[in-house]
Amino acid sequence: MKYVDEFRDPALARQLLDRIASLMNSPALHTRAPIRIMEVCGGHTHSIFRYGLEALLPEGIELIHGPGCPVCVLPRERVDDCLAIAAEPGVIFTTFGDAMRVPGSEQSLQQARAAGADIHMVYSPLDALQIARENPDRRVVFFGLGFETTMPSTALTLQQAAREGVGNFFLLCHHITIVPTLQALLDDEDVRVDAFIGPGHVSMVIGLEPYDFIAREYGKPFIISGFEPLDILQSIQMLLEQLNSGQAEVENQYTRVVSRSGNPQAQQAVAEVFELRERFAWRGLGEIEHSGVRLKPAYAAFDAERVFALESRQADDPVDCHCGEVLKGQLQPQQCPLFGTYCTPSNPMGALMVSSEGACAACYQYKRTDVS
Amino acid sequence: MCLGVPGKIIAIDEADNLTAVVEISGVRRRVNLACVLSEGVSPQSLLGEWVLVHVGFAMNLIDAEEARKTLALLAELESFADENSTGGEGLNEIR
Repeated sequence: MKYVDEFRDPALARQLLDRIASLMNSPALHTRAPIRIMEVCGGHTHSIFRYGLEALLPEGIELIHGPGCPVCVLPRERVDDCLAIAAEPGVIFTTFGDAMRVPGSEQSLQQARAAGADIHMVYSPLDALQIARENPDRRVVFFGLGFETTMPSTALTLQQAAREGVGNFFLLCHHITIVPTLQALLDDEDVRVDAFIGPGHVSMVIGLEPYDFIAREYGKPFIISGFEPLDILQSIQMLLEQLNSGQAEVENQYTRVVSRSGNPQAQQAVAEVFELRERFAWRGLGEIEHSGVRLKPAYAAFDAERVFALESRQADDPVDCHCGEVLKGQLQPQQCPLFGTYCTPSNPMGALMVSSEGACAACYQYKRTDVS
Repeated sequence: MCLGVPGKIIAIDEADNLTAVVEISGVRRRVNLACVLSEGVSPQSLLGEWVLVHVGFAMNLIDAEEARKTLALLAELESFADENSTGGEGLNEIR
């Protein structure tokens, strides 16, 4: 077993689609259609477009592409912070490839690099730490972003830097946390969602318990899902079974990777290094309470926010940008007036067009012929 | 961004006992093992195990038994589908 091909089997997909179609024909679901399902994670959004799953599903199921793409919710002014730090003398600036193309107010990191800034793309925060070890006379800054999936790797890297006493390594922390944002969406009257496909790899770290309130207080089925086509189809089947029988529970489809309590080693590293911010800004969604983390005071010496003087900034999205409405499921990507004309993956205006996990970029890449 | 890929542990770095070499679709890569080690789990015992790899870290072990159970559950749908098949145009493209 290689844990990939087995979960792309067309025959099993057909059986799942038959079961889904039969569920949608049940009286309970037929009268309730359209059933609106939000896939929280950008990885799911990408799989759904890549495998054309939307076109295979029966009528009456609407997929809403949620906020789970850290690059897509990265505010312009944060990119400006990165550029300001990268422009400081003696700085080597490092980050993941995903962050390189996000537009700031005037430039992206990639454009700044082309103009001569010392900006490196890294695969792992450990690579950034290695650059710091090899360049003791330079200040090496890692721009760490991502959800709970990525937080442990940053935390473990900082613990390693602290153990070794690497004094020229700094973190600009933009790690965000998904649960407060799900609650904000559930409390938003403009957002109507019947059930969720839950983030598999975030849950591998945090476990199932943090989502309990979504089932208990909001009455929405929540299925933790893997990322292959069969995983996603099975998750849709599971949530339809729940809706059909009037249940609302947190269920785990991705049992081969996710356990109920998550990963204790990863949770411990995160708890030792990070603390919650009072609020944090998300592009397209605004400020959300307790939705981001920062370094604890014990790690202040590594904190780029303390070491570098950052201006308080406010940068507005272009007026015609509808990223927020797409994130909330009020608009389909191709309904945005900029889609495919002024905003394309090679020249993105909005962040949803930047990452391959963004709804707009995935839609553009795999559904190009639908664009009129 | 939360992308994770399955990889098989094929070697342990004896120098620090915290790093392994994993093979992902034929490509070898060094990964940190901190998230999959605990008391009673030695690095050597992980040889041959599959892990979910994310940004240079093995984030979790992949449970082979659970994977088999999931696939078995899907296979059980077959008998039901045979009686109620609605066809499935376009499915051959799913690969």
